[in-house]
Amino acid sequence: MTKPHFRKLLGALVATSIQFGTLGFAFADTTILNVSYDPTRELYKAYDEAFAAHWKAETGETVTIQQSHGGSGAQARAVIDGLNADVVTLALEGDINAIVTKSKKINPDWRKKFENNSAPYTSTIIFLVRKGNPKGIHDWSDLVKDGVQVITPNPKTSGGARWNYLAAWAYANAHDGNDEAKTKEFIGKLYANAPVLDSGARGSTVTFAQKGLGDVLIGWENDAYLALDEFGADNFDIVYPPTSILAEPPVAVVDANVDAKGTRKVAEAYLSWLYSKEGQTIIAKNHYRPAKPELVPAEDLAKLPAIKLVTIDDPQFGGWKKAQPYHFGDGGIFDQIYKPAQ
Amino acid sequence: MADPEIKSYEPHHESQSAAVTESRPVRITLTTVTLVFLGIFLLLPLIIVFKEAFAKGVGAYFQSLGDADTRSAIRLTLLVAAISVPLNLVFGLSAAWAIAKFEFKGKAFLTTLIDLPFSVSPVISGLVYVLLFGAQGLLGEWLNAHGIQILFAVPGIVLATVFVTFPFVARELIPLMQEQGNGDEEAALSLGANGWQAFWYVTLPNIKWGLLYGVLLCNARAMGEFGAVSVVSGHIRGLTNTMPLHVEILYNEYNAVGAFAVASLLAGLALVTLVLKTLLEMRYGPEIAATRGH
Repeated sequence: MTKPHFRKLLGALVATSIQFGTLGFAFADTTILNVSYDPTRELYKAYDEAFAAHWKAETGETVTIQQSHGGSGAQARAVIDGLNADVVTLALEGDINAIVTKSKKINPDWRKKFENNSAPYTSTIIFLVRKGNPKGIHDWSDLVKDGVQVITPNPKTSGGARWNYLAAWAYANAHDGNDEAKTKEFIGKLYANAPVLDSGARGSTVTFAQKGLGDVLIGWENDAYLALDEFGADNFDIVYPPTSILAEPPVAVVDANVDAKGTRKVAEAYLSWLYSKEGQTIIAKNHYRPAKPELVPAEDLAKLPAIKLVTIDDPQFGGWKKAQPYHFGDGGIFDQIYKPAQ
Repeated sequence: MADPEIKSYEPHHESQSAAVTESRPVRITLTTVTLVFLGIFLLLPLIIVFKEAFAKGVGAYFQSLGDADTRSAIRLTLLVAAISVPLNLVFGLSAAWAIAKFEFKGKAFLTTLIDLPFSVSPVISGLVYVLLFGAQGLLGEWLNAHGIQILFAVPGIVLATVFVTFPFVARELIPLMQEQGNGDEEAALSLGANGWQAFWYVTLPNIKWGLLYGVLLCNARAMGEFGAVSVVSGHIRGLTNTMPLHVEILYNEYNAVGAFAVASLLAGLALVTLVLKTLLEMRYGPEIAATRGH
């Protein structure tokens, strides 16, 4: 009596399977894939739409831009392993260089392909505090005071966290007159004030803004403004320290992939349009610092005040190749100064 | 699992009608601890998922489910489950059949192999496919030369899902078929049935409930798998993001309503699985108990 019943069930299962199996995907004329890092989601969402319209108007072709976001290092790894990216827009020069050396899919002279060393925008590290700034935080020195809780991610796992660390280091280094022992002590005190180290920058923002932990969040300028938009401008204030660090996230065409797919023309246009008036304005509106601010209306620049910015190539760091193992490698300075809170 | 019941009769206890020896306070404490534990670790998270999903109202809930990328994630998850579950149904059935009904060399090895996906971390399962099919992997060059994209595309996601969900059907069927033995099939064969008839009219009806259980569990895991799929997906929006991956993306974009709306669908799937299982047990309880090996 239950035999036919069961077979009917089995039949229904197979029928549903076949139905779902026939659901296909629609393909546009041309599709390119932009493999990027985490904080640029909003920027490229806006830029892709504008570029597709621009490309249609200019050439009559329809282009669809697909986005993939993740940790910058993991994304580079995926491209090396065969993720079919037409362009990469990553956080660090080293991540694109990894694709160059490990897969040879990008020509070694990629930095010369686009203006400003192929960095169409820059960003910096600033503070987000509770409304009215109750702890009176204005500079890096305020972060090591007793009773101030600092929210920042773990430099071992997060690229953004490394920038936070280096920005603090640059401040202390200048303040202590290049005395490394004193600078180490300052950084040690700062991390002693951190109750928790999230694994990524977005995790820290959620910890600070949504879970309400800590007095100050150290983070990307664009992430701080995004947090204001998402969690309410009446809950937080943005504080610009007098000095910080300059990050220059680079972009590159993945030569081997665009040549195989025949998408070189549109992929190159996609990246070079980032330097156009429209591209630079979208960049500024998304709280990145445009490489060519002269193209951008003054009101969009107003939110990005000029502060003293140090680059990673400054002699005190000597570029990523030197700074990475020295500060963040096993047994490096971060390992020496950081003891997890008890 | 027929645990031997230990019964000891101690006359000074009041509650001798049931086969328990614990005193009332102990029983109440144990029950309370269990309920509180389940409440905190199972019920509360479930409630929070739905609370967050509807935090901005029913309209926002359905609007976020109507988003093109979300719809594509749902479609992909259904597609992946629709491919991998039937595959595992066939694989699991054949593996269980071979192991339970025949004697051959390497049987113990095969049984261990089937359990492998349970003991390996899903992230490793994903990485194995990267090492195999990735551009730098064993077969990468050949695949690339022939223009076949496995990794960071639907085939890779299906492969990872099949791997992770492989044991569900087989594990459900092996003890059941072993317990039932070969008697029924031998009788059928001696009465003139061919192999296919013996399978269709004798074996299948005997194992149907176990099979259905296995398929339900397999489907739930196939739709919910995160780790292995995350490694091979490439996270291309609207193309290779499954529902669990999409939940993470939405959450990272501060889109809590969207994230929990998708999560509520996954939770809903779990609930449907549970209800189906319970209904089956209620309707066919004795039959299941009779044919279920564990």
